[in-house]
This record gives sequence, structure tokens and C-alpha cells, in this order.
Amino acid sequence: MEVPILKQGQNLIASIQSALTDADLSQLREALVERVGKFRARGVIVDVTALDVMDSFAVRTLRDIAHMARLRGAETVIVGIQPEVAFAMVQLGLTLKGVATALDLEEGLAFLHRPGQKGIERPGGRIERG
Amino acid sequence: MADLVHVPIASDVDVVAARQSGRDVARAAGFSSGDQTVIAAAISEIARNILMYAKRGEISLSVVANGERQGVVVVARDQGPGIRDVERALEDGYSTSGGLGLGLPGARRLMDDFEVASAVGQGTTVTMKKWRRLHS
Repeated sequence: MEVPILKQGQNLIASIQSALTDADLSQLREALVERVGKFRARGVIVDVTALDVMDSFAVRTLRDIAHMARLRGAETVIVGIQPEVAFAMVQLGLTLKGVATALDLEEGLAFLHRPGQKGIERPGGRIERG
Repeated sequence: MADLVHVPIASDVDVVAARQSGRDVARAAGFSSGDQTVIAAAISEIARNILMYAKRGEISLSVVANGERQGVVVVARDQGPGIRDVERALEDGYSTSGGLGLGLPGARRLMDDFEVASAVGQGTTVTMKKWRRLHS
């Protein structure tokens, strides 16, 4: 099942709708990395709210997406990891070290738009480095 | 002993089917949604191991009652190459496939009981159980 990827301003939002196979996850990775260039995106949000399980392959793929997007000049935020999913991930020994996470889509967008982010013009705004 | 559910594993779609069946069986047996997720995650790792090493196999799910406890039993069987060193395969970060090496040890941490029987050239059987106390 293909994951829809929306473009919103300088960000891409991939909203996972249902359980994904390994092939679906790999396809999402290729699509996002390609579209960062096509749309000159600065931010990527992957919404995993609908995922009821994240195993080692899913976590590795999300990490790869974040690292590849960074190499292409975009920052990634994973949003919507459910409490039970977080619990199982920790038990499995899976981490998203080096990858930004946020509670939900709203928080993820706020993170990407935080002051001082590259590419975000905020005349007169305070410059902070996050 | 409740009905056995068999899920053949031969592609990545089957991995998703197996973990969803596991969740369904656990839910029907009254496991919490947290436990359902844990069981589904363990099945996902074990099913992926079958794909990676043996190419095909099968996962069987059943529910057992044992006094005051009820358990979901997951048996993963394959006729693949087998595991030469089971003890090492249960160590974190040990992998012969280039994976993360979290499959077996991760699944073991998620479940309550965990056994691996393997013979080189004949295959591997992983039996894992998750228990819950019955209300008395």
C-alpha cells in the first residue's frame, strides 16, 4: 500500500494509513528521498500514528529515511508513536537515536518551524539554534 | 487448548498477516492492548527471521490455560539452514545476515517463555509464550 505524501509549504508529510510491509516501507523511503529534491523540501514528517507495531525493520527504515533526508538537506521528524508501540520498541532494544520525534503532527510542524530553522524566514524574529 | 491458527510465511505480506493474527488471538484471549502489541512485535521479528534465513516456514498460534494463567503460544517453524550456535544467536547484535541482530534476543525480551530448538541443515523451531493471570 502506497503511503500518501503531502507537500505543505517547505515540508513533506507522509501519513501512514495502515500496516506496512517491508516493501511498502522501502518504497516510502525511496519516495521521500526523491521528493525532498523534487520539491526542495526542508522538512519531512512521517506520521506513524496508524502503526500498531514497529519492529526492527520499520525502525531501521525510519532511521534511514531521516539520515538520507538530512544528507539531502532536509530535517525529519517522526510523529505519533503510540504508547504501546514505544513500550515494545524499548523492550526490543530499538531506538531512534539521532532522529527527531514529536508527539503528534502539530508538535512535529512546530518543531520544524521553530525559530532559527534554516530556510524559514522570520524577519525580526529571534534567532535560536535548536 | 483453543484452535490453532496457522500462518504460512513466504513473503513480507505474510509477516504482517502473522503479527495481525497474533494480535487477534491475544485480544480474543483477553490480553491487554499493550500485551497484544508486545506479542505482535515478537511475532514480527521471528517471522522476519524465517524469511531471512529459511525463506519459508510457518507460524502457529494457540491459547493455553495453566491453572491461574492463560498463555498465548507462538510456534515458528522452518526447514531452513538451522542455527549453528543458538546461544550466540540469542546475543544482542549478533547477526549472520547483516541485520540488526535484534530479532531473537529482542523477541525473547518481549515474551515470558522462549525456547529455540535448531539443527543445522534441518531447521529451527522457536516456541514463545506470553502469560496473563486469570481473574479469580
